[in-house]
Amino acid sequence: MRDGGVLSGSRQMNTQVVQRPWKKAALADRVASHVIRFCAFLAIVALILIFVFIGREALPLLTSQEVHKEADLARLLLPQPASSGGAAGFTWQPVSQTPKYSLLPLFLGTLKVTSIAVLIAIPLAVAAALYTSEFAPPLVREVLKPCIEILAGIPSVVIGFFCLMVVADWLQGVFGWTYRLNAMTAGVGLSLAVIPIVFTVAEDAFTSVPQAFREGSLAMGASAWQTASRVVLPAAVPGVLAACFLGFGRAIGETMIVLMASGNAAIISWLPSDAVRTFSATIAAELGEVVFGSAHYHVLFFLGAFLFVFTFVLNLLGRWWVVQLQKRLQGGS
Amino acid sequence: MKNVLAVAAVAAVFASGCGGGPGTAPRSRSVTVKGSDTMVILGQRWAETYMKEHPGVSIQVTGGGSGTGIAALINGATDICEASRPMKDKEKEMVRSRHGRDVKEIPVALDGVTIYVNQANPIQSLTQAEIKGIYTGRITNWREVGGRDEKIVAYSRENNSGTYVFFKEHVLGDDDFAREIQTLPGTAAVVNAVSKDPASIGYGGVAYASGIREVPIRPENGGEPVLPSQATVRSGLYPLSRNLFFYTIGEPTGAVKDFIDWVLGPEGQKICEMVGYYPVAGK
Repeated sequence: MRDGGVLSGSRQMNTQVVQRPWKKAALADRVASHVIRFCAFLAIVALILIFVFIGREALPLLTSQEVHKEADLARLLLPQPASSGGAAGFTWQPVSQTPKYSLLPLFLGTLKVTSIAVLIAIPLAVAAALYTSEFAPPLVREVLKPCIEILAGIPSVVIGFFCLMVVADWLQGVFGWTYRLNAMTAGVGLSLAVIPIVFTVAEDAFTSVPQAFREGSLAMGASAWQTASRVVLPAAVPGVLAACFLGFGRAIGETMIVLMASGNAAIISWLPSDAVRTFSATIAAELGEVVFGSAHYHVLFFLGAFLFVFTFVLNLLGRWWVVQLQKRLQGGS
Repeated sequence: MKNVLAVAAVAAVFASGCGGGPGTAPRSRSVTVKGSDTMVILGQRWAETYMKEHPGVSIQVTGGGSGTGIAALINGATDICEASRPMKDKEKEMVRSRHGRDVKEIPVALDGVTIYVNQANPIQSLTQAEIKGIYTGRITNWREVGGRDEKIVAYSRENNSGTYVFFKEHVLGDDDFAREIQTLPGTAAVVNAVSKDPASIGYGGVAYASGIREVPIRPENGGEPVLPSQATVRSGLYPLSRNLFFYTIGEPTGAVKDFIDWVLGPEGQKICEMVGYYPVAGK
């Protein structure tokens, strides 16, 4: 106003110029927010569609008379007599005069390999994350973090090949096991795939613990290790747990590594030196050539649906647990 | 989650592959091929290449087993029946009575399975019964077949493979494999595992690799052990081999004849070697 006409003139122009882009921006905002919302819901839609598709292909196992001639739920769960007249047992033998589809050896095999992988990966990954976030000098941290994260980018078929050629020899040389390819070989390979996932999420959890916690602890005279182990670690427990569940999910669904390195014999055994056959490897190995619409085909989809539901429920429980913990931690502090 | 997506992807490919078949143009000449699951891959590879070179001809290849294919031939539901076993006289008679023409048998490929052990394994030869014992779990130590005192580690192919089925039918007499048998995807993986494992045995197609040794099969009556080769497989001297057949009702004609001639020609037989079988003698 002080400068008179020139300014007011330019202002008038300004308001004209500003108003229209503002309207445009509002429109663009609305469009963009719809697009983003669509993208977000697309994931849910994809999830539902996948489940519907797998469920539809698995359903004939429960409903179709044709499929029941070869396989039904009872036969999937109970011991089956051997073809050559031996004792009844849990056998996965889909190509046979009397096909046998016992889920138990596959289920236990899946759990065995996954447990081995998780037991190796979680302590290593969490310790590495704690070191990187709490103790490592900035330079080391800058090198270490991307290196471990690059591990996540290695294709699982490469890890599988590495296990088949190198890890198997090494483990057999150290322990003198009869079987080169066994649950341990596959478990070690799987842990390589799981470590970067658990590390990344756990490291984020550690770094997001407020700096004030550390300062307070150190001010009270606690050592760096006491601060890390008794203050930062407990405060980050929900995040670390979430990391563990993510790692477990990755391990249970991983296909290529177990297909190549586990030996794929469907036996029931708790020894890590015995071969195992997992759900995912079974599906990958057999689905390619199975006769479309046969009992075997539907059983394989049933395995897929089972694995889907199993990981889904496990993730839900995990999430629920994490939320409970978060509530308790926040309530306490 | 990852593997669920993988399943969906595999299934989608599978479904689209199946859906593509029947929707061909009505005017194109179409040949249906049905039968042996062992030969499905071979048949599909033939059909793909043939259709690429002869647009306008559609060849549909489906499996189901030799028995299914023969039944379809008898019912007139297929032009060509693929079979990995010779047709029985009774089945041939059914074709004659139903269609008034004799069935035409055309060997199109030879299938042979090699047994390998690790280079360091001193075993010289095995009988078919011994191999059966090893794979059904009745023989578990090399000592029992004249080798060292070592536990046998037996490798097999995955059950989706035609070799698996052939081995099961031919060597195991359709008995089940022992549960402890380790299965690996592909002949290459089996060869690799056997080359690294001194106490192991494996089977598969033809393989040229260091660290493994092909084991000759010794006839039960004490004859000379036989190694698989083009000559021994063709002459039938090597026991773990068989003919793979096409069957048609009467002499093939038209599009069917063209396709069969092409299969028996140099191009078709080359594909047969690429898929892992031996070419048939003659042409």
